[in-house]
Amino acid sequence: MAQKIYPSAAAALEGLLRNDLLIACGGFGLCGIPERLLDAVRDSGVSGLTFASNNAGIDNEGIGKLLRTKQVKKMISSYVGENKEFERQYLSGELEVEFSPQGTLAERMRAGGAGIPGFYTKTGVGTLVAEGKEVKAFGGPNGIEEDYILEAGIFADLALVKAWKADETGNVIFRKTARNFNVPAAHCGKVCVVEVEEIVTVGTFDPDCIHLPGVYVQRLVVGSPYDKKIEFRTTRTTDVG
Amino acid sequence: MTSHDHIAKGWTRDQMAARAAQELQDGYYVNLGIGIPTLVANHVPPEMTVTLQSENGVLGIGPFPTEDEIDADLVNAGKQTISELPHSAYFDSAASFAMIRGGHIDLTVLGAMEVAENGDIANWMVPGKMIKGMGGAMDLVAGVKQIIVVMEHCAKDGSPKFIPACTLPLTGRNVVDMVITDLAVFQRADHASPFKLIELAPGVTAEDLAAQTTAHYIT
Repeated sequence: MAQKIYPSAAAALEGLLRNDLLIACGGFGLCGIPERLLDAVRDSGVSGLTFASNNAGIDNEGIGKLLRTKQVKKMISSYVGENKEFERQYLSGELEVEFSPQGTLAERMRAGGAGIPGFYTKTGVGTLVAEGKEVKAFGGPNGIEEDYILEAGIFADLALVKAWKADETGNVIFRKTARNFNVPAAHCGKVCVVEVEEIVTVGTFDPDCIHLPGVYVQRLVVGSPYDKKIEFRTTRTTDVG
Repeated sequence: MTSHDHIAKGWTRDQMAARAAQELQDGYYVNLGIGIPTLVANHVPPEMTVTLQSENGVLGIGPFPTEDEIDADLVNAGKQTISELPHSAYFDSAASFAMIRGGHIDLTVLGAMEVAENGDIANWMVPGKMIKGMGGAMDLVAGVKQIIVVMEHCAKDGSPKFIPACTLPLTGRNVVDMVITDLAVFQRADHASPFKLIELAPGVTAEDLAAQTTAHYIT
């Protein structure tokens, strides 16, 4: 069996990194981001990177770390708030940003991973997002003819993903809302590297309960221990409802 | 709270949320935006089953967790920690937006900077200010069956927000079904009809409302 397990994030990325790559990256805010792999990309020193990622991290977390070292040329994202260094580079023109609605971005990744170079969607019709894109009328689900715009699938050179557990063959499961963009990002990468909290022996998972089958996963690394960051810690008191 | 007026006029933020909650129906799957819309969750009638969706990938949002229950892997679309319910389900972002864009979510309640009389909505960017992005707002207004906007009737500078045509870049074209402000509720039967005034908040007269609204609506 081909060996997918690597001893470190740097080893898992060996031979895959070069300047000007298009990297699809999982995570929503700081939830489920591939932090060990992003650290290893930063340490490699490659630059001119384009990231397809819902967010751009926050100052000094996630992709924010690579913004600080000026390794990122362009972001394809839906929301980039809560990040001062991002704001500075964006306003000064050092950093290019392509805003893609969140569902369109997820679908662009999913489509790319399914070999679909483009698809029509109602999202963004009549807005700035539609500028320069083909508009076409379709009957649609309710039978009424409406405008749709053509969006392009994303074919990434590399996918960086964070998951909960993998087996030795690369079958992967995620935990709660940390799944988010990790699945579509994994699908659209020519090569997909996954960092996990634990690698288990083959046969541990129920085959009916695998979120990302091993065919999508080329390399694995254990990134534990994790000190998962929370952006907005909101709680209730114990005695309330 | 404003203190310049001795007689309470109009609805508070919480009352606006309660008014939006009157549109819920048993069995609905609902997505709530950030801000006043989030408060709608506090007003779901107890006899009703309403399942809340968060577009990062969960159906069945529970209350905020206790300190002991906090889990970094469990957040809502506002990146706040939440809890799960016995019927919760998790899925990835592509599946999440497939259910939004595919018309499987019954209702969304969103905030807005402007709504136009033709149902256009602007709530994602102000030219000249730092653009943070639209997040999932464009997908929600394009795909959810029923779109309710909850917003203050006037901006901080006093200018109306329900207007003849949006001046800000749009989030969606001809998508809004109902507008709930601190002064009134407007609704339209379909996307070809004009908005109709269906309710005035306590203490608000039709003349008050007309004086603070530039959008055309029927009464």
